[in-house]
Amino acid sequence: MLKIAKERLNELYAKINESMGLFIPVKKAGEVNYAVWGEGKEVSLETLKTVKSPKNAFFPQTETMMKFKTEGKNIEVVDVRKDYVEEGKLFVLFGVKACDYKAIEVLDKVFLAEPVDTYYKARKDAMTVVTLACSRPEESCFCGVFGIDATAPEGDVTTWLDEAYLYWQANTEKGEKLTALVKDLFEEGGEKEVAAQKEATKAILAKLPYAALNLNRFKPENLNDLFDDPAWESLSEACLGCGTCTFVCPTCQCFDIRDFKTHEGIMRYRCWDSCMYSDFTLMAHGNSRTTQMQRFRQRFMHKLVYYPSQNNGLYSCVGCGRCVNKCPQRLNIVKVIKTLGGKAND
Amino acid sequence: MKDVALKMIDRAKQLLESGEVARVIGWKKGDFCYDPTPAAFETVEELKDFVYDYFCGANLSKYLIQMSKKEGKTAVFLKPCDTYSFNQLIKEHRIKRENVYVIAVECLGKLDIEKIKAQGISFVTGVEVVEKDVKVFTADGETTLYKPDVVLSKCATCTKTHQVKDEEIILHERPAKDVNRFEEVEKLEAMTEEERFAFWREQLSKCIRCNACRNVCPACSCLKCVFDNPSSGVAAKANDDKFEEQLFHIIRAFHVAGRCTDCGECSRVCPQNIPLHLLNRKFIKDIDNLYGEYQAGETDEGKTPLTSYTESDAEPKDVFNGEAK
Repeated sequence: MLKIAKERLNELYAKINESMGLFIPVKKAGEVNYAVWGEGKEVSLETLKTVKSPKNAFFPQTETMMKFKTEGKNIEVVDVRKDYVEEGKLFVLFGVKACDYKAIEVLDKVFLAEPVDTYYKARKDAMTVVTLACSRPEESCFCGVFGIDATAPEGDVTTWLDEAYLYWQANTEKGEKLTALVKDLFEEGGEKEVAAQKEATKAILAKLPYAALNLNRFKPENLNDLFDDPAWESLSEACLGCGTCTFVCPTCQCFDIRDFKTHEGIMRYRCWDSCMYSDFTLMAHGNSRTTQMQRFRQRFMHKLVYYPSQNNGLYSCVGCGRCVNKCPQRLNIVKVIKTLGGKAND
Repeated sequence: MKDVALKMIDRAKQLLESGEVARVIGWKKGDFCYDPTPAAFETVEELKDFVYDYFCGANLSKYLIQMSKKEGKTAVFLKPCDTYSFNQLIKEHRIKRENVYVIAVECLGKLDIEKIKAQGISFVTGVEVVEKDVKVFTADGETTLYKPDVVLSKCATCTKTHQVKDEEIILHERPAKDVNRFEEVEKLEAMTEEERFAFWREQLSKCIRCNACRNVCPACSCLKCVFDNPSSGVAAKANDDKFEEQLFHIIRAFHVAGRCTDCGECSRVCPQNIPLHLLNRKFIKDIDNLYGEYQAGETDEGKTPLTSYTESDAEPKDVFNGEAK
């Protein structure tokens, strides 16, 4: 294991940035979100939860897919896809928590399944993920419910942070490559400190109020029962139909494709969409879900029943708790799980 | 506040039991002490989860658009600021007034859990407020915070009083406040154009286009928003760190100008804490200056400055040059 003094982290960022892009939690106008690093940016690794998840580093909220150039009656289709690896445009996603890392696995199963989403894959191929273990989980966290260990996230490199040092451990080939690039800044050591931190964090995790949520009822065989449960009405009653939960969520993956008229022709882009919106999956005949209750139900059924039934039981919630903190009216997946999932220890 | 909550529950019980109302809109307790959810209670049994405390910041008025059209009467607990939204919605014919029974409830300012957490406090199990002290209880003990530091931004400068009440539950009078709600707007006005542009660009670039501000806004009650209509030609779901996209918020501020009651819900719900209420307040301040003081939602009838013409109205050129009245 390697370690670097906290006050030298800026040197580490600068070193990485010499040859690679660096996405890292940065504070801007009071809020911490993943952003491109640059000299003078206020990095905040201590922030437990960025407002947006890191997914927009490889699944941006808005992305151009292609362009159509028109000249007279000719339409030329311009492929804007890039091979970032070929072009040498590699980047590091730094500071990813265990829950958000697990979320990448959830997204991979959607975007990397046939037919492969080439836009997504191009970014993923160019990305090295440096994860960061949690040391101060808070009451809205429940990653443990989904079998995630917040103290030992996977990733190309795993790091731990304490008051004095950042500890570093490469796990993959990509991680080794990155380590070779920055090794001169590090010294050996940290096993003891990391072990102690893990133990201390585990004690906090075990006592979290959401540590023992019961997911037993969320199984494919209960699909119809859950779908017809009368509790959805009261669970969704206060829902504003905004997209906050979907846009802060690390596993939400839906997008819309639209065309945008420019002077030179048409730009086709995709952007995150939200199943909470009234025009989500709008078709010629209208909307398939006409009430907010139906939209609300769709979101949670997808996370807890539909997705796992197609992915060997893997839930598409990772317990990051962002929706718990950010829903304007304080609705969230935990309230759904508690109401529909059955009693604890069932 | 506990005494107020008990009175409210008693009253809700009576109203439901007697059949005077079919439902009561209030707040339902959450998992923690700070996450109540707006809810409709239809039976006395359901009232066991009813709460009213320092974290009941949500404005319940907008729910009445739907609720007042249901069968039977709906009772609603409204805080002072909520009553302005209620009036405005009546004025815009969005709520069926005859189907609503308004119970005015006291409000001494609501707390913002994010601001409390930002002070490094987590695992909050309860709060106790005595004048300007907020005692925050956690598993490890208690900490006292200064109330003005941890109230919702909409409460910081609020001096509103109930404009509508069929009855009231007020046990504690709110101490008079001497505040200027335009102070932050004035700070922005004092900036150079470049500084102000930079301020808003930085703030608005955080926008994730979740539409929470729009969806919570009682003045945004269009059945179908132009931004949700794919055939409008301007519907755009994408956020983009370009000024064109940031116009969304400015367009919205224009649309609600003269109708915004300054309820502050937009800033309360913003996941990125963009001070959106300042855009609306700038409009309110300008309307005050150009057309004479006007508070939207003070009544549910009468003319409004931007929808009625008088000969003494400011001319566009005066507005542009900042020379009006």
